[in-house]
Amino acid sequence: MPVNVGLAQLSDHFLLATVFFYALAVLAYAGDFAFGRRSAPRTAGTEQAAPVAEQALAQAPPLPKVAVGAGVAARSAATVPQAAPPATLSGGAGQPGSAAAQGAGGDGAGSAEAAPSRWRAGGAPAGPWIRAALALTVMGLATQILGIVTRGMAEHRVPWGNMYEFVMAITCAAVIAFLGLSFRFRVYAVGFFLMAPIVLALGLCATVLYTAAGPLVPALHSYWIWIHVTAMTVAIGAYIVAATFTVLYLIADRHARKQAIGTEAGFGAVLARLPSADALDRLSYRTVIFAFPIWTFAVIAGAIWADQAWGRYWGWDPKETWAFITWVVYAGYLHARATAGWRGRKAAYIQLVGFASLVFNLVGVNLWITGLHSYAGIN
Amino acid sequence: MTEVRVPAATGRPEDAADGLSQLPGSPGPAPRRGGRGTVDWVRWGWRQLTSMRTALILLFLLALGSVPGSVLPQQGINPQAVQEYYAAHPALAPWLARFSLFNVFAAPWFAAIYLLLFLSLAGCVVPRTFRQFGAARQQPPRAPRNLSRLPLSVTMASPLAPDAALAKASALLAGKRFRVRTGDGWISAEKGYLREAGNLLFHLALLALLVAVGMGGLFGYKADRLLVAGQSFGNTVTALDQFRPGRLVSSSDLQPFSIALDSFSARYVASGPDTGEPASFNAYLSYQEQPGAPTRRYDLQVNHPLNVDNVKVYLIGHGYAPVFRVADGTGHVVFNGPVPFIPVATSTLMSEGVIKVPDARPQQLGFAGVFLPTTVDVGGKLQSAFPAPYRPAVSLVSYAGNLGMNSGVSQSVYQLDTGRMHKLAVAPRPLAPGQSIKLPNGMGTLTFTGYRQWISLAITYDPGQLPALLAAIAALAGLLVSFLVRRRRVFVRAAAGAEGGSSVEFGGLARTESSETFGAEFEGLSKDLSTALASTGMAAPSADIPASSDPPSSPDERE
Repeated sequence: MPVNVGLAQLSDHFLLATVFFYALAVLAYAGDFAFGRRSAPRTAGTEQAAPVAEQALAQAPPLPKVAVGAGVAARSAATVPQAAPPATLSGGAGQPGSAAAQGAGGDGAGSAEAAPSRWRAGGAPAGPWIRAALALTVMGLATQILGIVTRGMAEHRVPWGNMYEFVMAITCAAVIAFLGLSFRFRVYAVGFFLMAPIVLALGLCATVLYTAAGPLVPALHSYWIWIHVTAMTVAIGAYIVAATFTVLYLIADRHARKQAIGTEAGFGAVLARLPSADALDRLSYRTVIFAFPIWTFAVIAGAIWADQAWGRYWGWDPKETWAFITWVVYAGYLHARATAGWRGRKAAYIQLVGFASLVFNLVGVNLWITGLHSYAGIN
Repeated sequence: MTEVRVPAATGRPEDAADGLSQLPGSPGPAPRRGGRGTVDWVRWGWRQLTSMRTALILLFLLALGSVPGSVLPQQGINPQAVQEYYAAHPALAPWLARFSLFNVFAAPWFAAIYLLLFLSLAGCVVPRTFRQFGAARQQPPRAPRNLSRLPLSVTMASPLAPDAALAKASALLAGKRFRVRTGDGWISAEKGYLREAGNLLFHLALLALLVAVGMGGLFGYKADRLLVAGQSFGNTVTALDQFRPGRLVSSSDLQPFSIALDSFSARYVASGPDTGEPASFNAYLSYQEQPGAPTRRYDLQVNHPLNVDNVKVYLIGHGYAPVFRVADGTGHVVFNGPVPFIPVATSTLMSEGVIKVPDARPQQLGFAGVFLPTTVDVGGKLQSAFPAPYRPAVSLVSYAGNLGMNSGVSQSVYQLDTGRMHKLAVAPRPLAPGQSIKLPNGMGTLTFTGYRQWISLAITYDPGQLPALLAAIAALAGLLVSFLVRRRRVFVRAAAGAEGGSSVEFGGLARTESSETFGAEFEGLSKDLSTALASTGMAAPSADIPASSDPPSSPDERE
């Protein structure tokens, strides 16, 4: 079936609109750092964001600490929170710097949390700048999804068959993952650090990587492209978000260490608007926990497809090799994070190594190494 | 997956994250150097090997070791690229070869890494399996004295006497599939044992995966075969172009099927920017599972292999085989058949090939040239404009002399050794089907009678494939279980309170990381508990428990 040129052009316009909206969103996220009100519902110091973000992370409403009452009173009392410290759940006793330790002292935020609303839930509020940025992000996401859908309709096939389309898809997945986490855990301020690289990637998409709409080569004629590549897309989108959290964790952790020994530490104003180092680390871990099984599944699906297409389920093709390396390093991250002496910064660096191998697989292997996965469409 | 091992070298119980550290046998002190002797050293070495740190380092070595396999050309994947590398880097290449860097994934050092890793894994997982079975029969630990010190706790009053309150609490928790242990004035309950089981399943499945891959390497084989339309072959070592058996495969193990190529059709994109790109390939096969078996047909396509007797046959390439008839100087037809030409440009299928006529008299004849499916003349130079055969032609250079086929040195059928031949003076002219070259000096005639298409087939037999798939699925399932199921404990203590009632303490503790949703679960549980404890009716408990199982209180395997 021939390519529908009109729809393909429409898709290109949607891409431009997406870049436009996302770029504006980045400006708005930056505007929050520059002009956002610092006080708002935050009562005290710069570290105020931490307990609340953590509370959101814990996803537990304030817990009842009920005084001894009589009979029936207990029934209602159990549902009415009183004097609620943020309910934080650490992994267990004796985890240093855990949420529990911070939560115990975090009574200051209590009054603000008594009536939680989505936008003013305490320490990490969405001010006007953030609200504008989120609205722009959502608009950009809408045009991006429309762009991907119209591209697929124009080509009568899955809209992630070459590198241009794949970068479109993974950035879309990353934005969805970020928005989901952002609304759930109120980590809006992270948006700047995620969206800025995404705008750059989409800019490259529109210029360097651009590939005109066309059919798939026969090697990709398989329903497995839906399974394998879609799973890869979702996993990579989540890994991108996790890597953003981890980079910010490393910066925030360095800042906290410097402050602890009294040295001058930069970026204080920016970090004050972000979740605490610990919360960033935990968010990153959770995101990897989400992405890793999907990545595993995607690799297995790829092996099944490779078996059907090439006659072997694993052949150390460069793409396979790097998918394996990525898997191994992320597995190392998950183990390291549960091992004394590796937890924290070391584990974070391991995750970034895994992410680097992921990016190399996407960019380096597509462009510089010849293998069976040569579908980039770039000459 | 997470909190797997207590690093043996340090042996601190808190090394295993999140309090899941009551594994017995946290190793004792480091061995006294210069002390006991070999047994201690072996024990120490084993502990080092099975420690998390060693496993992590081996994991990274595995990742690092794979890198050259993707950066340097590999013998098993692209032997030609290896030869080119040798030609381009004559000094460096032998050194790289000395470290097996052109065959990384079969290298001894690579095998050493993954075998050590799996040994480390086995040394950790197998003892854990036994402990796991032991733990599964053990009861939860006693309730701590002061529940208000737990991360989550709540106190409530009940009109029930302490014993009755505890009985109700016990029934409630048991109804929510907690494992309940009761004591004097307390209840201890635990849930989420599956997490450890998932963790173990994952690691055991990885071991099984390695075994399955090894099985494929020992008992499987791979082969290639080029097949011209109208021809057939049987699955025997002599009929296969290339045969790469596993270590324990002999020629008699080959499944006795036979395959014929009835016809092949390829379609290409005819317009637009992707002109000449392939759109679809169909190879229409007839095959027999064994001699005498009924003949079946199969439409072989890319991504749709033929499965015959557990052997898979794949379509991996295609091309043209021009058909030639050669009459020699004596007038005898000494050659008549198709000759597969190898594509040199995939977008136009311009193909190169040679014809060897060893039976020609007085001299042997050889021809080398190109086949052009859609011939166009670009400034006096012949090219192919499109991969489909719209205007096929061949252009050949003719040689006479000694083909060198009897010299004992094996020859490629796709190359002409012109060392002992001389070029014949024939005016270069492309031949359309039906046209001939008349060789000078009465040496004979070559006629280009037409063309056929050929396909190349990859034939693989891998008995480890299904086990590998099952192992991979088991690994994924184990991974999901270990990520999704959280271990958590709750405790209840009841003491006599006012007016014959009791004061009930309820405390909880999540024992794994990323267990943030336990807060919501605990809240739901405490609501249910206070509801259950508020009513004094004897019939209440049984009616209470199902009524109280509202969704938020049982997010067990959710999230």
